[in-house]
Amino acid sequence: MSVLSHSESGDATFLDIVKLTVKRVAKAVFVVPKPTPFNIIAGLIVAMGLVLTYLRFAYGLAAVTNLDGNMPWGFWIGFDLLCGVALAAGGYTTSAAVYIFGMKKYHAAVRPAILTGFLGYSLVPIALLYDVGRPWRLPYPFVVSQGTTSVMFEVAACVGLYVTVLFLEWSIAPLEWLKLKKIRNFLHKATIALTIFGVVLSTLHQSSLGAMYLMTPGKLHPLWYSTYLPVYFFVSSIIAGLSMVMFEGALSHKYFAHKHDEEHRVVGEQVAYGFAKASSVILLGYFVIKLIGLAHDNEWAMLTRDFYGWWFLLELLGFVALPCLLFAIGAREKKLKLIQVTAGWTVFGIVLNRLNVSLVAFNYHLPSSERYVPHWMEIGISLFLVTCGVIAFKFIVTHMPIFYSHPEFPEDHH
Amino acid sequence: MSISRRNFLGMLAAAGASAAVGKKAQAASADFTGYPDSYGVLHDTTLCVGCRSCEEACNRVNNLPAPEKPFTDKTVFEKKRRVVTGVYTVVNQYKEAKDGKPPIFRKMQCNHCLEPACANACFVSAFKKTPEGPVVYDPSVCVGCRFCLLACPWALPGYEYDDPFAPVVIRCTMCYPRILEGKLPGCVEACPMEALTFGKRDDLIKIARERIRRHPERYQDHIYGEHENGGTSWMYISGEPFDDVGLRTDIGTTPPPKLTAGALGAVPIVVGLWPVLLTGIYGINKRKEKIAAKEKADAVAKAIAEKQAEADAALKAEKEKAKKAQAGAVEKAVKKALADAAKKAKEENA
Repeated sequence: MSVLSHSESGDATFLDIVKLTVKRVAKAVFVVPKPTPFNIIAGLIVAMGLVLTYLRFAYGLAAVTNLDGNMPWGFWIGFDLLCGVALAAGGYTTSAAVYIFGMKKYHAAVRPAILTGFLGYSLVPIALLYDVGRPWRLPYPFVVSQGTTSVMFEVAACVGLYVTVLFLEWSIAPLEWLKLKKIRNFLHKATIALTIFGVVLSTLHQSSLGAMYLMTPGKLHPLWYSTYLPVYFFVSSIIAGLSMVMFEGALSHKYFAHKHDEEHRVVGEQVAYGFAKASSVILLGYFVIKLIGLAHDNEWAMLTRDFYGWWFLLELLGFVALPCLLFAIGAREKKLKLIQVTAGWTVFGIVLNRLNVSLVAFNYHLPSSERYVPHWMEIGISLFLVTCGVIAFKFIVTHMPIFYSHPEFPEDHH
Repeated sequence: MSISRRNFLGMLAAAGASAAVGKKAQAASADFTGYPDSYGVLHDTTLCVGCRSCEEACNRVNNLPAPEKPFTDKTVFEKKRRVVTGVYTVVNQYKEAKDGKPPIFRKMQCNHCLEPACANACFVSAFKKTPEGPVVYDPSVCVGCRFCLLACPWALPGYEYDDPFAPVVIRCTMCYPRILEGKLPGCVEACPMEALTFGKRDDLIKIARERIRRHPERYQDHIYGEHENGGTSWMYISGEPFDDVGLRTDIGTTPPPKLTAGALGAVPIVVGLWPVLLTGIYGINKRKEKIAAKEKADAVAKAIAEKQAEADAALKAEKEKAKKAQAGAVEKAVKKALADAAKKAKEENA
């Protein structure tokens, strides 16, 4: 007996439901896009992306990247993988806050956060298809030859499982849109289990992304290299997740105001105050463990020695200490605008940190002539993938109950 | 005693083929110091004259394509070269001839670590340290993630970035198939200066020590690779400081698996503890809510009950009052009736 058979109305057959579902999806997908500025720019980027994709797969990595023996991991790993995974951490942080830690008043923030998380994580394996030499072998570590000593095995296993978890968590929205009640209710019951599983997997792979760089003590500048790297990556992912939820909330509120119902409008502001307070505290913790890392390796003298020292100080003071203070002020004085700007600033700071580890401070020992600078086509493909994500986001929030509760599915609480 | 191509075969016969067959693997030990009787190569850079015979031999025995410039072309030394597509090994020049001193060259290729970073980093186990010494690579499972290149402290391996369909990692095999056949690695066999010595790693260390002891004026007092990165099968002795011949001295002696052992050790802790803690926190919050809801319900019920009791009491009092008033009225009426009756009787009697 199919779980579908009881959805919609009692006597609809499985075939009826499939037909209806296909019709609904087709109606939403097959529309001629209007020539709005967004559509024109997005269209151009997608067209460029398709050309670059052809070049990459027809002529190899050398045709579109500046990667070489010294720099096997470039912009795609630094931005698409490291930044992408960190910025998509809003999914597990928000759902944990609401479902596990009992902050139910932020319930309305969960769906947008899960959606961004799901889209962010979906882009990661797609970006990896471009980056690895033989993309059709991506399942090999699981089905052909398991390299369990590798930190990357852990990353691959956890990201793979977590994409699945996020898909299940997110799929409640499209199931409501398509009115597939039975599966929707079944998945809804699994919320707590999925949330806990998601936090476990996120703890593991967020930290392991940092642990991959534990393998490169001679190549990564000592100010960024630390045995605490996994802890740094994990803690900063929470900050990235919370900041993204606030930052995105501000953008969505502006560009998708008509899609918000009253509850989501009001809660949006409360979420900003609550998350700003939390971010301030976690940033303070992050700042302190960064200092402990410096003390542990006794690297104080390096801070003012050369470019890397000043650059590290800029990251630490400008993008950790400063937003910590600004979030605290914003939460205390209830300054929404300040919080939103600080959230954007913090997101930028996390991106800076990940690019510092993977590109700027990596291979610091090499002469500048041998250093890597990303090829514009590498950045072009990353831009293409991000644009695809934004288009998917726009489609989903336009059609599915993300910023409002579906009238037929009032959000019952756990 | 130097072991070169001339007496290698004799040595092999004396040692027996047992080493080539391999002894019991000891890789699982906490302090792995290499497979016993494994082979290695000692590169004495003071003997290297930059003839590139090793490069030519390497291309020949590995069926690699001929380079653009012939192997006799010395202009290649103008630039630092590295392992790239079609090249497993290169000789670089680090110093020009000066004041009657010869130029300084060094051959570079995979160092065949005792505990290779590439093998530890590979998530499909494509790399293996063989008991014979060479680190071998299996391209049939390679996904092409290039974590091996990233993890190698010397960035020695290359990658075929220009191949869209079947790119592989490029690296020296220490001529593993030839070793199994009882032959020398191609480069060692070809070296006319005996700058490369093949033999058991333990013997090579003894030979290197002996050369340094005999000619302290000629060598740095260090065998590069004896301990670097946990030890390598390809080792170097040099007259110049190692940093000056492109061998970093700041990479330490920690075997690469130790670098991530702590992080990987945390996995079972997270997997074991997190669900318990999180379920506990969820349970506590759920219970808090339940208790709060119950307390609220109780308080409401109590308030209602109190109000009810109050109302009941008031009603009762009212009722009694009314009853009393009623009783009074009846009495009054009866009294009045009796009085009236008495009055009437009096009037009638009068």
